Amino acid sequence: MKDFWRRFSRNRGAVVGLVILLLVCLVAALADVIFPGSPWDMATAPFMPPGEEGMLLGSDSLGRDVAAGIAHGSRISLMVGAVSTVAALAIGVSLGALAGYLGGWVDDAVMRFTEFFQTIPSFVFAILLVAIFTPTIGSVVFAIAVVSWPPVARVVRAEFLSLRSREFVQAAEVLGKSRLAIVVTDILPNALSPIVVLSSLMVASAILLESALSFLGLGDPNLMTWGFLIGSGRSVIRIAWWMSVFPGLAIFLTVLALNLVGEGLSDALNPRLARKRGGAA
Amino acid sequence: MELSRLPGFLLRRGVKAALVILAIVVCNFFLIHAAPGDPASVIAGQSGAADERFLAQLRQQFGLDQPLYVQLWIYLKGVLTLDLGFSHRQQLPVWTLIAQRLPATLLLTGAAFVLAVTAGVTLGTLAARRVGSWADSIITVIALTFYATPLFWVGLMLVLFFSVWLEWLPSFGMNSVGVELYGIAAMLDVAQHLLLPALTLGLFYLAVYARLTRATMLEVADQDFVKTARAKGVPEGQVVRRHVLRNALLPVITFAGIQAGQLVGGSILVETVFAWPGIGRLAFDALLARDYAVLLGVFFCTSVMVVGFNLMTDLLYAVVDPRVEVEG
Amino acid sequence: MTLLSVENLTVALPPGGDRPHAVEGITLAVNPGEILCVVGESGSGKSITANATMGLLPKGLPVTSGRIMFEGQNLLALSPEAMRRLRGQRLAMIFQEPMTALNPVMRVGEQIAEAMRVHGVGGNAAARVIELLAAVNLPDPAATARSYPFRLSGGQRQRVMIAMALALEPTLLIADEPTTALDVTTQMQILRLIREIQGRRGTGVMFITHDFGVVAEIADRVAVMQKGRIVEQGPAAEVLNNPQHPYTQGLIAAVPHGGAMMTPPSTAPLVLQAKGIEKTYRRPGGWFGPKPVVRAVHDADFVLRKGETLGLVGESGSGKSTLARCVVKLVQPEKGEIVFEGADLRPLSRGAWKPYRKRIQMVFQDPFASLNPRRKVGDIIAEGPITHGTPRAEALARARELLSLVQLDAGAMERFPHEFSGGQRQRIGIARALAMEPELLIADEPVSALDVSVQAQVLALLADIRARLGLTMLFITHDLRVAAQVCDRIAVMRRGAIVEQGPTAEVFGNPQHEYTRQLLDSIPGRGWTPPVLAAE
Repeated sequence: MKDFWRRFSRNRGAVVGLVILLLVCLVAALADVIFPGSPWDMATAPFMPPGEEGMLLGSDSLGRDVAAGIAHGSRISLMVGAVSTVAALAIGVSLGALAGYLGGWVDDAVMRFTEFFQTIPSFVFAILLVAIFTPTIGSVVFAIAVVSWPPVARVVRAEFLSLRSREFVQAAEVLGKSRLAIVVTDILPNALSPIVVLSSLMVASAILLESALSFLGLGDPNLMTWGFLIGSGRSVIRIAWWMSVFPGLAIFLTVLALNLVGEGLSDALNPRLARKRGGAA
Repeated sequence: MELSRLPGFLLRRGVKAALVILAIVVCNFFLIHAAPGDPASVIAGQSGAADERFLAQLRQQFGLDQPLYVQLWIYLKGVLTLDLGFSHRQQLPVWTLIAQRLPATLLLTGAAFVLAVTAGVTLGTLAARRVGSWADSIITVIALTFYATPLFWVGLMLVLFFSVWLEWLPSFGMNSVGVELYGIAAMLDVAQHLLLPALTLGLFYLAVYARLTRATMLEVADQDFVKTARAKGVPEGQVVRRHVLRNALLPVITFAGIQAGQLVGGSILVETVFAWPGIGRLAFDALLARDYAVLLGVFFCTSVMVVGFNLMTDLLYAVVDPRVEVEG
Repeated sequence: MTLLSVENLTVALPPGGDRPHAVEGITLAVNPGEILCVVGESGSGKSITANATMGLLPKGLPVTSGRIMFEGQNLLALSPEAMRRLRGQRLAMIFQEPMTALNPVMRVGEQIAEAMRVHGVGGNAAARVIELLAAVNLPDPAATARSYPFRLSGGQRQRVMIAMALALEPTLLIADEPTTALDVTTQMQILRLIREIQGRRGTGVMFITHDFGVVAEIADRVAVMQKGRIVEQGPAAEVLNNPQHPYTQGLIAAVPHGGAMMTPPSTAPLVLQAKGIEKTYRRPGGWFGPKPVVRAVHDADFVLRKGETLGLVGESGSGKSTLARCVVKLVQPEKGEIVFEGADLRPLSRGAWKPYRKRIQMVFQDPFASLNPRRKVGDIIAEGPITHGTPRAEALARARELLSLVQLDAGAMERFPHEFSGGQRQRIGIARALAMEPELLIADEPVSALDVSVQAQVLALLADIRARLGLTMLFITHDLRVAAQVCDRIAVMRRGAIVEQGPTAEVFGNPQHEYTRQLLDSIPGRGWTPPVLAAE
């Protein structure tokens, strides 16, 4: 663990990312304290530029506080990012593990299925899903999960496939361990690093995807989201630039932070084992 | 691979592509049925909900009173003859609507793709060759920035900057309104309109290609055959071009195939921001009107585009990498 | 006149390593027409010396002092461009891994021609390439020139590398373990080829190796390296037969002596009987056309009697590992019987097999891959018995005893595998197998990934355990010297079939099958019998 922190903190970007991410989480947690009341309520006159009338980041076309919208929107973004990633991981890890461990025709079938989902234009498919199942937070999470699992399945399958033929897994077979015990104690712990790294990147892309859906008007109509804020500012960008600029910055910072953390995790979890083996022969 | 194997390879990939397309049609069919409510009203969308006669016609056309497999067969036959349904709202067949919009989308995605690949690979190569230098840091930071920025927001910011504040470039549409232009002038006009949308769509993928190229270049540079090249006295520039880059581009080709679908998806957002008259914009309008027939048609057509593009990258890969064998 | 003389060369290691210098105070010389073998175990700095001479040291390893004089000029003082012009033209290098040393997307002929073109002599490259490929005895040189590397075998690729290195007739050839990745028969062909070409052209060769057999085969002079220093240098016959430095003596003493034991034929009861085992692999083909079929194992019957050791020897791809894996159901054969103490194991289900897991155990080849990196050594050793119902505390106590049996201290229990060296890990692997108290032990190349001195220790440990516990052993190896030292009987495999089997002394002394004779002929340095040295 200590080692892990040392390697993680050696990547300065990753530390910066972690700090930003913690700040975003803090804002999400304290949204009700900093901006009590509903972000949908009118707070001042419409189109107030930033800094005026106590509106830190200006107000929108209905006089709502943009800063309050961003703070409350962070909850939805983080929540959608986390939940859809967990769902996608659940699908991807189980399918990938199945394919990689069992091999044979199961592998073939699962990989064809995965390839299919990887081929279809995922964003168009997500739009279709949300539109047909009517936009709610549930259908948004569902759609994002459905289009984001294929990379997980591929990574997990590749890891399982290579680990399955490794000698320590064969040794476990020869010891007579059950299949489940081998998967849980021998394969999965060694396949974890890439999954962890991948999931931080998936949360990032899920947040981007959610904001794009909301931007197109496919967000849950009852929830304030960053994408919705940008979407509503689009048509009035000539008179109220702040309505689009600030929510976009919020998305950018959050996604950037997640990417940086992902790189840090990758550095920390994959100390080049190969180096030790090579040596100065 | 050897050229003699090419026809067989093409045949196998063609069959595979056809199966994927078939699966997409089936997927569409089940989506219509999985949606809440009567399939007929799903196909008709909100606009058709009030029109009983149209609904009855739909039920008749899709055989909705017949068993599911018969319906699937009718639907399949329809799609495979390019009958993608009828947009009741626009009073035009879906295929006609899409065909009108297709050229604009191809122009936009094509321009963005070329920009992303050429600039991305160049920047990635530069960064890898000077790894650790300030040039590398700047390229890496730029790549990371565009990688983390929502596409539509980049579009809005470009509009804000170049159209609203600087007033250099038009912010929407594909042609100037109210003027009749011909020949070169018309092309220039389109190019001017194309610049911002293509840049918006291209920047994200530029970042992706730059990162990927940098990473694979560094990986390949560590391999034994690069050392062999140095040991036989190949000059450094030639080592990079002939040995490192040639191998590092293989994953880039693979990736181009994988992300083709994302490029098409991104074009929906960009076309919405810039009011670009392509199928993305068509999809957005259909979305607002809940015109599902058009949405399903767009999904089908973009999928076919992606499958076709994948076929092309597969072929390119097979030509570039001699190791591609007979595997399915 | 000396061709190359390295004088007092010191190369620094990055700070924080286990020693300050990769090599220190290296002085050696290569004369025209002479083969100098630089011998040492992994980490001795022999490759660093070679790379420094070529000017190919990685950036993190700077030369801090010394000169490298080549044809009258100091290579270390040359500009990178001047050094580049020499590389490939006056001095050339071949590498250890033929599988990765050629550019996979460039035709072989093109790669050789490039070596000429970059030095401005590509005029008649096409014709020269064919000549060169013919000179390294590649069949159908014209077709080979047109193929991509992945079409060629390891031995063929190494020939291509040699052709490329010799394209401009360099005066010095540096060969960095060029035969280590090859099978014995191929290794012998390549060694002969290098010997022949070098003799014909009067090239000086610096030959890096870890194998004293290879040294005996090819060297004129020898330099022995240990931890970055040269500890002994001299004519080959001197160093091989009368080593002076204790380290050299130790290394030579560790070379398996190959003196086969004369053991009377065993009449003990049968433990294992393999009858008619067949395993066929189908390579994944497309949806059309026939799938290529590889017969991995067929016609490979053998028996094992209680307490004896049977050696399965053969080159890579001969099916020896597959056959061993069939016995423990890591590979499921299509046909045949695997009779263990009277019961046929082949048809048994996973569950029905479980009781036999205790009785048949296995030791694996790669000490770095055979231990789960995420588990503590204590758990690794104890988990087998725990799986079979031994209480945890008891299993851990037993693991502690086993560690001392394999000569590791009990503190190892709480540590992770990456904290151990290759030889230590192999001991842990042996302890894991012994924890089950097996009757039959299958050892799959247990020492081939180890340095020669460590190899000797592990072999001694195996022999000791075998004698003490009365184990029956199936010992898989590609190294005939090792087989001769360890096994009572030998079965020689080729292309999935056992072509000859019998008591070790008989197989070695009076081989019946032509392939066995070829294998024995290919043992490097077979004419050299390591001197019996007094124990230190």
